[in-house]
Amino acid sequence: MGRAFRVILTCARNSLVRELMFRTNFIIVTAASLLWVCANIAFYLLVFQYTPSIGAGTGWGRSQFFVFFATGLIINSIVHSVFMPNADLFSERVRTGVLDFLLVKPLDCQVLVSFERLDLSTGGNLVVGVALLIFSLIELGWVPGVIPIALYVIYVVCGVAILYSLMFSLAATTVWLGRNQTLYDFWFYLTIFGRYPMEIYRGPLGLPLRIVFTFVIPVLIVVNVPARLLIRPLYPQTLPEWGLPLFALAATAGSLWCCRRIFQAAIESYRSASS
Amino acid sequence: MKKTSRVAYNLWRRVQSWLTIFELSVQERLVYRGEFFLGALMRFLPIVTQILLWAAIFEAVGGVTQARIVGYSYRQMVAYYLLTMISRAFSSMPSLASGIARDIRDGNVKKFLVQPVDLLGFLLLHRVAHKVVYYVMALGPFFVIFYLCRGFFEGWPDGSVISAYILSLLLAFLLGFYLEATIGLVGFWFLEVSSLVFVFMLLNFFFSGHMFPLDMLPEPFRSLVALLPFQYLAYYPSAIFLGKVPAETVWLGVGVQGLWTLAAFVTARVVLYLGVRRYSGFGG
Repeated sequence: MGRAFRVILTCARNSLVRELMFRTNFIIVTAASLLWVCANIAFYLLVFQYTPSIGAGTGWGRSQFFVFFATGLIINSIVHSVFMPNADLFSERVRTGVLDFLLVKPLDCQVLVSFERLDLSTGGNLVVGVALLIFSLIELGWVPGVIPIALYVIYVVCGVAILYSLMFSLAATTVWLGRNQTLYDFWFYLTIFGRYPMEIYRGPLGLPLRIVFTFVIPVLIVVNVPARLLIRPLYPQTLPEWGLPLFALAATAGSLWCCRRIFQAAIESYRSASS
Repeated sequence: MKKTSRVAYNLWRRVQSWLTIFELSVQERLVYRGEFFLGALMRFLPIVTQILLWAAIFEAVGGVTQARIVGYSYRQMVAYYLLTMISRAFSSMPSLASGIARDIRDGNVKKFLVQPVDLLGFLLLHRVAHKVVYYVMALGPFFVIFYLCRGFFEGWPDGSVISAYILSLLLAFLLGFYLEATIGLVGFWFLEVSSLVFVFMLLNFFFSGHMFPLDMLPEPFRSLVALLPFQYLAYYPSAIFLGKVPAETVWLGVGVQGLWTLAAFVTARVVLYLGVRRYSGFGG
């Protein structure tokens, strides 16, 4: 465990050095990423010019929604900084056979391929996410206590773990498919369902989606659960309302377990592509 | 050989080479048809969340049946997003600008300088072939989605509006192609254009009407956006179909779109001409 942690720290340091070697590129990519976030914020600001909330009587007013949006930004920026470049690299390594060199190293292969490279250019989104979160909470006029903040951090970690599991389960399929260029597309289109408050999933179209994306592929709880912990009146207050946060813990454990099994099965099926 | 028959023969040879380029591009696209079909299918998923999101917004405003946002009913809003998907299927040019810049950087552009094949003509035919394959492959999914969502449309518009809509879509394709090609050709001056492409993508995404109907923009932003060519890539064709453009100005708007397309064509040609004069190629 200690050795794995030291290796992860070394990989992070190497990534930082690599990013600093191409400083201009780093600044341009960070700025571009921030512009994209600003465009999204501008869109929702525009939407709230015409509506007081997302859904009638749901409690998702402008400030509440921006707490939700900021939470999504924080979770996604962590996933994109830490895991996305590694998932992409893993697919490429399987295709070219470079994975062989990682398999012979005296460390768990999944740990190595998950943390080897860090893309710090999306770190700017994390800063914007935290700033937007604080600003929205001030606008709401509510300072959360220590317990909600601690729970929020725990559930953000859970959200990251669920998205990581989904991403690496998809990346592992490269071993069987040989080529996985639609990985990004598939990832993007699946996680798009977790970008909105779960109250919008209603009616004959929404309800089945809500069930599938909560209990089968739990992307809906990734942002919904931590965001609610910081917002009144959406903060869970009765015992049944705590059902979803409790389920989120089980879903995180289940997702990580499934990902581990899929990854191990993929490695067992791996046949080197190199000579 | 008489002069007229020689001209006709040269023209025929040229058409033959265009047809060959088109055929090769179609075959190239069909190699990855499985992945291509999957990608086409997945592109419809975001419309599901748009339907649900706008239902929630209209509910909060006053109900999905009565409420209006900038003159759009809930049904019209969803229909707008569905039509925008069609507009984008015509005007989006994935990897065009970055591909041109890469060819300039790697020196692959040399082949167009020494062979009697025009770079922009070749790329246009290549893109037409890719789009034709896309429409054929996506026809099934498009039909299913539009059939399931037929309740969001208020019937077919009249023949004149449909003609203007189809012409606007074709112009959107050409406008999108020449705008992106121009960005890629800037690679003759700056070897790396990825940041420029990103800024263009962002402007395109926000000001083309892909993200929301441009009528939602407050003044003076709405008037400013009307002065840019981006609205003709997604918003304008959809607005024509939905009857959001007054009947007496529909063709005027299509004319302006045509002028923007012509301007983009001339700009791309001039940039290519100047870029080639500046270009130096070494080695094999």
